Amino acid sequence: MLDTLQAPTTTSSMLRVEGLKAYYQMNYFGVRREVRAVDDVSLTINRNEIYGIAGESSSGKSSLIKTIAGAITPPLRVVEGSVKFDFAGRELDVYADPQAMKAARWQNLSYIMQGSMNVLNPVRRVKHAFHDFAFKHMGLSPSAFRARVEKHLQRIGLDPHVLESFPHQLSGGMRQRLTIALATVCEPDFIIADEPTTALDVLVQQDVLALIKDIQQRMGASIIFVTHDMTVHAAIADRIGIVYAGRLVEEGPTLDVFRRPQHPYTAHLISSLPRIGDNKKRSALPGKPPNLADPPSGCRFHPRCPLAVDKCTNENPPLEARLTGRVACWRAGEVQTA
Amino acid sequence: MDGFAKYLGRRLFQFFLVIFLGVSLAFLITNLSPVDPVEQSVALMTNFGATDPRSVELMRQALQELYGLQGSMLDQYLAFWGRVIRGDFGPSLSAFPTPVMSLIMSALPWTIGLLTLSLVITWTLGNLLGALAGYYRSNLLLKLSGAAVMALHPVPAYIIGLCLLLAFGFIWPILPISGGAQMNLQPGLTLDYLRSLIVHGTLPALTLVLVGLGSWFISMRSLVSNIVTDDHVVYAELGGVSSNKIFSQYVARNALLPQLTGLALSLGNVFGGAVITEFLFNYPGVGRLMIQGIYRGDYALVLGVTTISIIAVAVAVFIIDLIYPLIDPRVRLS
Amino acid sequence: MFKILRDMLRYNIEFAIGFVLTLSIFLFALAHFWAPLPDTAIYLLPPDMPPSAQYWFGTTSRGQDVLWQMSSAIWNTMLFGLTVTVLSRLLAVAVGMLSGYLGGRWDQALMTLNDTMIALPNIPILLLVYFVMRDSMSWPVLAATAALLGWNYDARLIRSVTLSLRNREFTRHAVFAGMSVPQILVRQHLPYVMPVIFFTAMNNLIWAIGLEVTLSVLGFSDINRPTIGGMIYWANQHQAIIAGIWWWIAFPIIAVVLLFLGLFLLAISVNEYIDPRSRLSRMGA
Ligand SMILES: Nc1ncnc2c1ncn2[C@@H]1O[C@H](COP(=O)(O)OP(=O)(O)O)[C@@H](O)[C@H]1O
Ligand SMILES: [Mg+2]
Repeated sequence: MLDTLQAPTTTSSMLRVEGLKAYYQMNYFGVRREVRAVDDVSLTINRNEIYGIAGESSSGKSSLIKTIAGAITPPLRVVEGSVKFDFAGRELDVYADPQAMKAARWQNLSYIMQGSMNVLNPVRRVKHAFHDFAFKHMGLSPSAFRARVEKHLQRIGLDPHVLESFPHQLSGGMRQRLTIALATVCEPDFIIADEPTTALDVLVQQDVLALIKDIQQRMGASIIFVTHDMTVHAAIADRIGIVYAGRLVEEGPTLDVFRRPQHPYTAHLISSLPRIGDNKKRSALPGKPPNLADPPSGCRFHPRCPLAVDKCTNENPPLEARLTGRVACWRAGEVQTA
Repeated sequence: MDGFAKYLGRRLFQFFLVIFLGVSLAFLITNLSPVDPVEQSVALMTNFGATDPRSVELMRQALQELYGLQGSMLDQYLAFWGRVIRGDFGPSLSAFPTPVMSLIMSALPWTIGLLTLSLVITWTLGNLLGALAGYYRSNLLLKLSGAAVMALHPVPAYIIGLCLLLAFGFIWPILPISGGAQMNLQPGLTLDYLRSLIVHGTLPALTLVLVGLGSWFISMRSLVSNIVTDDHVVYAELGGVSSNKIFSQYVARNALLPQLTGLALSLGNVFGGAVITEFLFNYPGVGRLMIQGIYRGDYALVLGVTTISIIAVAVAVFIIDLIYPLIDPRVRLS
Repeated sequence: MFKILRDMLRYNIEFAIGFVLTLSIFLFALAHFWAPLPDTAIYLLPPDMPPSAQYWFGTTSRGQDVLWQMSSAIWNTMLFGLTVTVLSRLLAVAVGMLSGYLGGRWDQALMTLNDTMIALPNIPILLLVYFVMRDSMSWPVLAATAALLGWNYDARLIRSVTLSLRNREFTRHAVFAGMSVPQILVRQHLPYVMPVIFFTAMNNLIWAIGLEVTLSVLGFSDINRPTIGGMIYWANQHQAIIAGIWWWIAFPIIAVVLLFLGLFLLAISVNEYIDPRSRLSRMGA
């Protein structure tokens, strides 16, 4: 299976991102600056799939996922490309039809943003958040709605009493669970999550991961999520995409990517994971992460790449199908992993 | 609940500290000054005739006793505290022999009334305008009204009051410019008297409102424009919560908390504005009383009004501190 | 510095207006050094002359030229304001930086004292000081008193900046390298605190000038030294409004309002330039 070339299936795709470019465009006292945080990204996510996006900090993961969620505010702007969802045959073009997008939020797709422990209003009780976000989508009477929310919380392992609390009375883990509950209570078809576990300690992290996976299986939803933590990807993602400096550099089924990374950057990410019984010193990647306001020419990874050749400096490698996934590298597959 | 008790304890401590330091400061200022209040008063009285040296000496002693200026510095300090606690600042020199305290007590309700009314209007209106302007950033009408109140805000109360006085007292004389109510009306709950109160209070209150609006507007607008980028607001917008609801429940409500703290912090300054305004419009409050006391060299009156003002402001701040937990659950339930 | 000024003038209309306004008022005030008559001289000119080609802003009932009086008055008022601002900055910086740097108990104690001072009503205390000092009251004493009352808000702001610097890497390095507390504060932290000092200075200047106007309008300052408030005081003493000598009161009011407007525009635009958050929102706009 590892060596079979597979064309990506489009029949059951739920999200199609094509040629997406989103830049932070700033103009301050006459000085213009442009940060190319999302630069020509195309990807497809299937029904019932969990897709993980990995990459180091400041590589543009959040920017990409915000753009997909239609959650961008200036100075971030979409410069080119499209984001299209397909909800049971009903197509939704995120940046062409704001009205339909508005209607689809929470009904069809929900978004768990980075730092989501702080998304609850500190001066209102938690129940108001559920009411404000979800009530109008459910078509239930107030009491039936309340019962539904309580049942949902119980399934997620939260005491319904939390509805009467203020956020500051709850622990970080509980707040994180609550935001997940809030994002899933309407049983959306598509869930977008940015670092849903990053701020939590390891034990709670395991819990929350299990919870996300469980919800996804029960509701049959698709999930796209971001984290820089490769162990989290290993735990729940069906497929992962690796982002470097605003570009998707590799993508494939999780197991394949972990076993046989094709891009040197991916190989570095994976080899720097701690392994039991392995005391070998790990090499840090030389050099600094690129400045997205002035990215390197050609392949953006070339200044730090151990395999770089002249071609890498001058020409940008396209993202091309290879083995079970896709990779953007002139020397794809040549990397040696331990 | 524990956190709440701690909060109360801290506020109470601060309250007593303000009073302690304020009263001590008033004592220190009067005692460390090179000018002897007794000599000052004696000089003032001998100006009117009585120059017999023996009676001057008697008067000097009587005044020293009256002002509690006998004995060591510490004795005087303790005596001063005793008088503050008893509410006895001796008789007023300019309205002899009426006790200073009863002058203050009849003036205080005027000041409290004027200040409370104008402060409530200023705070509500300034915050409302500021919040709207911070939330609907591109609204032209809000921008213009914002520019107007902001331009007024650095101008001192006296200048704004003087302009109003010239405008509505001389150029277009439709409002009374002096006094708290019509002289010949019997105070009481009659319609005429109330009408007269309102008409007389309009210009002083308007002055205080115009002076105060700007700073609330500015701070609220900047608070709101920061809060709209907070996670909980951004998230509510993404969640399709209606913009009216976001404005009232997610933005304005959160911004009101620091503004209430700001109200407590501003009281000292606001009181200063009231002093000047009262004097300008000859409004019968403690501010006018104090300035008249200064013009007439009435030592007991000036010291009394200063001390009572310090205490009154501290009490008002404390009341706001007590209200705060009612609207901030983080203090109430921690 | 010069480049910042040029950029602000070019891209920030509020700053440009405020700058031009303040600069012209300053130049006007500077002109009093070339006044034809000493500014304390009275009854040398025909009194109560309305504005004319000879006396542009008319003359007062005390036989002074309103134009030249105003020039001196604005100078003196600004001088008072600047003195208060400089003195109170010293206090605010000292207390704020110490409190923020020392932290813990010291911080608590200093900030409690600070909050206590905030809760004291300034005007009654200033009036009391004036009352007991009376004739020995001079404008430097008044300025010192005002400075003692006018530093607490800003000490709080400065403290919060210093507090955030306390745990930074370079502070630890400096401590490790054996620098003393004053050295660290002055060499390492002061540059970061500078923008806050500058911004609070603008606001404090406005406050101090307002205070001067208020006190001298009531006659509670050296009434023979021309100031904006003092001019209005004398106009009131001579019942200028009732006597119809409107120019005696109107021109000082216009001058002071323009001065406040200019300073205020400078203050808000400088604040916007300094505050990183509004900087961000402008970048996005
Ligand atoms: N509001 C903003 N304004 C300007 N640049 C930004 C903003 N937010 C993020 N960036 C820049 O965009 C790039 C990508 O950031 P982000 O998407 O948050 O990365 P990640 O989530 O992978 O850490 C970074 O270089 C960051 O500095
Ligand atoms: Mg991120």
